[in-house]
Amino acid sequence: MYAVIVGCGRLGALLAVGLSVAGHEVVVIDRHEASFRALSPEFSGFRLTGDATEHALLESAEVGRADCLMATCNEDTLNLMVAQVARHVFGVACVLARVHQPAFGAIFKDAGIQIISPTQLAFDAFCATLDEGANRQS
Amino acid sequence: MNIILIGGDQTTYFLAREFISQGHGVTLINRDPEDSRIISQKLKATVLLGEGSDPETLEQAGARSADVLIAMTSHDHDNLIACQVARLQFEMPRTIALVNDPQNEAVFEDLGISVAFSATRIIASLLNQQTRFAAITHLMTLGQGQISLTEVLLPDKSPAAGKTLHELDLPENFLVAAVLRGDTVLVPRGPTRLAVGDKLIVVGAQADFQTIITRLVGD
Repeated sequence: MYAVIVGCGRLGALLAVGLSVAGHEVVVIDRHEASFRALSPEFSGFRLTGDATEHALLESAEVGRADCLMATCNEDTLNLMVAQVARHVFGVACVLARVHQPAFGAIFKDAGIQIISPTQLAFDAFCATLDEGANRQS
Repeated sequence: MNIILIGGDQTTYFLAREFISQGHGVTLINRDPEDSRIISQKLKATVLLGEGSDPETLEQAGARSADVLIAMTSHDHDNLIACQVARLQFEMPRTIALVNDPQNEAVFEDLGISVAFSATRIIASLLNQQTRFAAITHLMTLGQGQISLTEVLLPDKSPAAGKTLHELDLPENFLVAAVLRGDTVLVPRGPTRLAVGDKLIVVGAQADFQTIITRLVGD
């Protein structure tokens, strides 16, 4: 598959390398060229420097033919915008956005994008681990 | 009217001042503590320190009862999400966003923003109108900027000169309201024949104005 990853921070770099190693075609976009240093040497995809809210940049990343777009920047609003543009303007079938603010999950539930909330995931993991501990003690 | 304004630059400040002087209620949301402090000293407006896209901040700003939200920051994504949260969470009837990348104008309207405007595109089109068509004078804008009233002088090579309005077959959303010929004012009908030097007062949709200008003035 062809995957576009927006943001080359810890999560973006991890996804980019993982998908690239698994044999997928990957483009990773970041505003700062220095961010690409987070990519390990196994990464064989493309790096694109620029602002993903700029329409022309998404066109040059050929988002229109992407099977999947993952928005992993630190800013929720940026991820939500890029994800919606990928889904509704470029018609990308599978769009994922990392969103920290839990309230956005409910507000954008019908926006056609999949929202991944680190806060919710951590909460679930904490609770599950707590339950396991409690079960072991009882 | 109750207006929520998001942003912190000079334009936002003067816009807020203008709305207040017109008697509107204004609440400003600004992310910079220093800017917020200065603005709150200068204006009779509530100034909230925070992110315009944050639902709690919007709630505090009175988003439930506001009539319109205007997002004016220099980041397209912050403007888009603030407008969408206002619409989806607080049922804001009207949202207006500044877009910095002119190509995002159409994108924003697709994503449910009532009006997206690009300062870049407006300035570029003003310049184009000035340089390409000295014969065209924009008189006024009506209907929240959607309708334009414009004066068009038919130049020597006008493709419309010598033709009747009927023959011109103008698009349906345009009307030639009056023709000024020398000192005479004509109210044109279908058989009215246009001549070089006529000044036409044209009313029509702002968005499609280039079409009619080309038909009357030429390329």
